[in-house]
Amino acid sequence: MKMDMSQYLGVFLEESKEHLGNLNEQLLNLEKNPGNLAALNEIFRAAHTLKGMSSTMGFEDLADLTHHLEDVLSDLKEGLLQPDTYVVDTLFQCLDRVQSIISQIESNGSAEYNNQDLIAILNSIKNQNYTGDIQLIEDKQKPATAQTEEPSIELDFNEYELTVMEEAACKNYQIVAIRVAVDPGSLMKSVRAFMVFKVLEEDSEVIKSIPAVTDLEDGKFDETFDVVVITKTPLPVLIDRLEHISEIRVDSSHLVNIDQLPLHRDDIDVMKSDQKTTEQVDTKRNHKIKQTVRVDIDRLDNLMNLVGELVMHKGRLGQIASNRRIVELNETIEQIDRISTDLQSVVMKVRMVPIEQVFNRFPRMVRDLAKELNKEIEFIMEGKETELDRTVIDEIGDPLIHLLRNAIDHGLESPSVRTQKGKPRIGTIILRARHEGNSVFIEVEDDGAGIQIERVKNKAVAKGIITAKEAEEMTAEQAVDLLFSPGFSTAENITDVSGRGVGLDVVKSKIESLNGEIQVDSKPGQGTKFVVKLPLTLAIIQALMVAVRDEIYAIPLSTVNETTMLSSEDIRLIQNQEVIVLRGNVLPLYRLDSLLEVPGETVSDESYVVVVYKGNKQIGLVVDRLIGQQEIVIKSLGKVLAGTPGIAGAIVAGDGNVRLILDIDTLF
Amino acid sequence: MEDVINMRVDDGYQEGEEIQVVAFRLGNEEYAVDILYVQEIIRLLNITRVPRSAQHIEGVVNLRGSIIPIANLHSRFNLQLSDNQDDKRIIVFKFDEVQVGIIVDEVSEVLRIHQNDIEAADKVYGTLEADHIKGIAKVGERLLILLDLAKIFEAGW
Repeated sequence: MKMDMSQYLGVFLEESKEHLGNLNEQLLNLEKNPGNLAALNEIFRAAHTLKGMSSTMGFEDLADLTHHLEDVLSDLKEGLLQPDTYVVDTLFQCLDRVQSIISQIESNGSAEYNNQDLIAILNSIKNQNYTGDIQLIEDKQKPATAQTEEPSIELDFNEYELTVMEEAACKNYQIVAIRVAVDPGSLMKSVRAFMVFKVLEEDSEVIKSIPAVTDLEDGKFDETFDVVVITKTPLPVLIDRLEHISEIRVDSSHLVNIDQLPLHRDDIDVMKSDQKTTEQVDTKRNHKIKQTVRVDIDRLDNLMNLVGELVMHKGRLGQIASNRRIVELNETIEQIDRISTDLQSVVMKVRMVPIEQVFNRFPRMVRDLAKELNKEIEFIMEGKETELDRTVIDEIGDPLIHLLRNAIDHGLESPSVRTQKGKPRIGTIILRARHEGNSVFIEVEDDGAGIQIERVKNKAVAKGIITAKEAEEMTAEQAVDLLFSPGFSTAENITDVSGRGVGLDVVKSKIESLNGEIQVDSKPGQGTKFVVKLPLTLAIIQALMVAVRDEIYAIPLSTVNETTMLSSEDIRLIQNQEVIVLRGNVLPLYRLDSLLEVPGETVSDESYVVVVYKGNKQIGLVVDRLIGQQEIVIKSLGKVLAGTPGIAGAIVAGDGNVRLILDIDTLF
Repeated sequence: MEDVINMRVDDGYQEGEEIQVVAFRLGNEEYAVDILYVQEIIRLLNITRVPRSAQHIEGVVNLRGSIIPIANLHSRFNLQLSDNQDDKRIIVFKFDEVQVGIIVDEVSEVLRIHQNDIEAADKVYGTLEADHIKGIAKVGERLLILLDLAKIFEAGW
């Protein structure tokens, strides 16, 4: 009999996402620093837990994949394998697969995935049917023979590479092995190596290099290195191109005949003993794990309600005490006052989560995008510990992903353009979060080309968003604002990354729906900075309380521009529409009492105008009285009344009565 | 609240064949709802009108920090409101996590009703209103209109 696991599904999903995030992060660390055993241990642990969880939950495909993953990781940990580019890339691919399995489980409740492809690769890695860093040792021993008996370059391929080559051969590509020599006097071997790759990758694919690419980029090679290339370009042309790079010489080259390739198994005893010592050092550094409890967010909301209620009744108690003049009671009430204030702030804090949760998935994304777009990026994150309300955290991920993609795709120039301009070839993207007052600022900054105002204008004219005349009169700031208009995308060629029609306008409306703001700061040639300002929590906003006859309403302060007194002689009629002239601007007036069909009669002849924004238009709302500004806790109206036009939600006022919050956008 | 709960335990019926209902008065008619849907019965609170909501939504109240819509079945069933404010109560229902209160003129008691004593609604009513009515229960001389709350909730009030 199978146990019903559905009640644990939520926990499973939540935890596996957490582990996955952790895996990605640590794998990136490992990629940067292959000797980082702490990261490796962390990866192993997370993968192990993931395996256990998925097999408990009965997701066999996932368990199977993570099992094989764990095998490889275990060998890595033991030092039987080396985390070279190929292995790390494979691990990343596995994580992507795990990710898609988990998403499928999330939407369908179950997942069936055929993971044989990845498992085969994992097995080949485990059986060391591939070469990589291991080849390094051998390579150093062999140059002597290779150089004397010229053309043949010693190569070993793993199963994956063999498959790729077989496929390539079928499609009439030729497989070429090239030994490249760098001038011994060269000061920047790594740059030369990179340029070799750059030239090769113009129309060919490099499937293997010895040493591995990462080592080449770090300059960890002697005077020569070997690459295996799949290409249709004739070999002499390729060699000619390569020799055009200064300080580069092609030592030898030959076509590879895949039928004659032996499978390679290596003896790695030397590495093993070497690795053990470092491992012993690292295992001593054990991880501290923070103790946490998972709580349903509804329960927290409930707790918050109850605390609010407590505060309200405390107020009543105070009233009784002062009415009856009971001095002893006052002291107790003061105590209760202090405790309930503390309680309220504790409950608020419980809902706060560090933005780290969102940020953590970005390094991986940036890495992948950078590879895909052939850009070199240093990605810096600051202020990961900044805390935001859980509800905001859940919503902010997508807009930030979009801004980052924009920065990588449109912002940063390609390395060659950057060097031409005299900038460092590696572009920098900074993601920064910080607190300021009651807001959190998140900035996405790049040191790319900046926004080219003329191009933006031309594009907007071409897309019919503005006319040529408007474009001429536009200030730079207004032009930058065009980026946020619907249907705008400056990418000249539509890439897979951004410019899919979903533009910055979506980002903007998302942020505004969170009561936030977005601004752009751009210096041509120096970079662009997007600044997103968000409230600490969605639940609390500043509001202006107004009275209409006997009813009281709250207007979100973010929509209020100003308030002014209204005397009846100021009102004029234009085509039956009441308007006033406010500092030279004609302002249409709407009477809240008739808009909301408030019962009763207006007695006072004094009234006020609240000037509000509806989109980018200004409108005057006529009310009887202004009560004042208040910090309010927004509550939902519930399923039955949700979507009532003009009403955004409700609050519980200090006297225990419910007041409604107006939604200016749907009021008219 | 306690005084209205008058359990009639020993009425000789088998378990399972009978249901427990909360009986209440709307205008001059007596209604009843399955007690399983009733979350609580509260005194009349200050009701805040919600502009532009459906006609039979009286407004919203604050029930221990939660905002609960209050429906007015009088206007829905074309009944006269009683003038006696003291006996008026709000019955708060809960169905699938949705809470709704209705104003009633008086809550009379909790009753056990045997299935045999319930007449199907379509025998008595026309088609329209029968949608929200499960049947008519006979309790001694009294006739109770049994509301089908599940249907009313599903219709979105």
